[in-house]
Amino acid sequence: MTNDEIIERTNTAIAEEFELDMNELVPSASFKDDLGLDSLDAVDMVIVLEQEFGIKIGKDPKILRIRQLSDLHSYVIDKKNAFLN
Amino acid sequence: MQLRRVVITGLGAVSPFGQGAERLFQALVDGESAVRYIAELEKIQGLGPHVAGLVQGIDIKDIPRKIRRTMSPMSVYALLASQEALDQALVDQDLRTGGRLGIALGSTVGSVGTMEDFFEDFLQNRSIEGIKSMLFFKIMGHSCAANVAQTLGIAGRTLAPSAACATSCQAVGLGYEAIALGKQDLMLCGGADEFHPLTAATFDIIQAASTQYNDRPQCTPRPFDRDRDGIVCSEGAGLLLLESLDSARARGADILAEISGFASTSDTSSIANPDPEPVRLCMELALAEAGLNAADIDYVNAHATGTVQGDEAESRAIGDLFGAHTPVSSLKGHMGHAMAASGALELIACVKMLCTGQIIPTRNLDNPAVGCSAVALPRQIENKDLQTIIKNNFALGGVNCAIVLRRFFE
Repeated sequence: MTNDEIIERTNTAIAEEFELDMNELVPSASFKDDLGLDSLDAVDMVIVLEQEFGIKIGKDPKILRIRQLSDLHSYVIDKKNAFLN
Repeated sequence: MQLRRVVITGLGAVSPFGQGAERLFQALVDGESAVRYIAELEKIQGLGPHVAGLVQGIDIKDIPRKIRRTMSPMSVYALLASQEALDQALVDQDLRTGGRLGIALGSTVGSVGTMEDFFEDFLQNRSIEGIKSMLFFKIMGHSCAANVAQTLGIAGRTLAPSAACATSCQAVGLGYEAIALGKQDLMLCGGADEFHPLTAATFDIIQAASTQYNDRPQCTPRPFDRDRDGIVCSEGAGLLLLESLDSARARGADILAEISGFASTSDTSSIANPDPEPVRLCMELALAEAGLNAADIDYVNAHATGTVQGDEAESRAIGDLFGAHTPVSSLKGHMGHAMAASGALELIACVKMLCTGQIIPTRNLDNPAVGCSAVALPRQIENKDLQTIIKNNFALGGVNCAIVLRRFFE
């Protein structure tokens, strides 16, 4: 799976779960200020991504530092690559 | 202590007939049935009833996701009905959020469908790792009340009585008492429930569900009828805005009716089978609080669900107290039994009957049963100058409620 594919699948999963328009999902989009998501949504986002990519995120403290969409893309790419390695 | 007078200034309904109190009442006036064959029920092994009255025509996407995410269908119904009641009463934003408005809204249980989602995963994997964050908010006992209060910014008390089928009249009673005592100026009161096969199964297991009309859904339930065979479950939400008379006057609100009596008693003779005597006592207490005699009541809106035992016990109690001439009807023949919403939906219809001077007859009452014949059972709409109505609402567990409505006068 390429990084672009990971980004595309991440965006699609998030858009579906949180009923967002794909056009809103630009890399610089802030989860809180631009997408209107909060800490409860973050909990569900973890589950959605775990199921989408077959990875384990759980209560990884790194997830708490994610502020914008590009942060999440990087996190999932790293996680996916670590899983494959 | 001087108790305050309590009036009704807003109505809101989501019923198996659709959205709106007006839609509900028009369907009742037109004698419609909301009961339909539900194919899903026939696939459940051992389940007798294959009919139900399900809410139609609601698009939950009309509610923003951020608000809807903590809501199961019953909270969606409750929110829509609450907004309708507050809009009708012209309650502005400041009044909604300033603390003078509280809410008393209950359901029989939390969302069974959501519990099913949880256990489907949990029992298979013995894991909670796939459980999303919103689950608890949908299954907690006060889910409807909390969701509505959060969404509308209701800052007064949040009460969530749960007394099975008597829930919403208890909620109205709690709201009435809170206002009468001066604790709140306005209370949004009622009940909500969503259909799940477990609800129908509950009544089927205790042999109280209608099972003989699966091929003729609109012929059941049949309150007071010779050929009645039990309850038909339905769903929805009914909300009434109660307000102190002083508050309503100060706002220039349109007053729809006055609540002048409420009583709730326990029938400890059985957890499942109603006894006429406690039912009569409950109605007597409500009348006494209203300062009325039985002869003053123009119409009795019965709880009558269409069960063999329940309808007979209630009609005996009504006959003992009101005699054979006061008109009595049940609205469950039209819309089934909306569980925690039933009392409030029917009370809304009572307010409409009071305002329009029409008594809605019992649908599917073709041959009044001998055991129910002690009371007057209208067979068609009666036009009458209605001044006072008593509304009954009972529940498994031996919970009885009665509310006295009267036309408002200075």
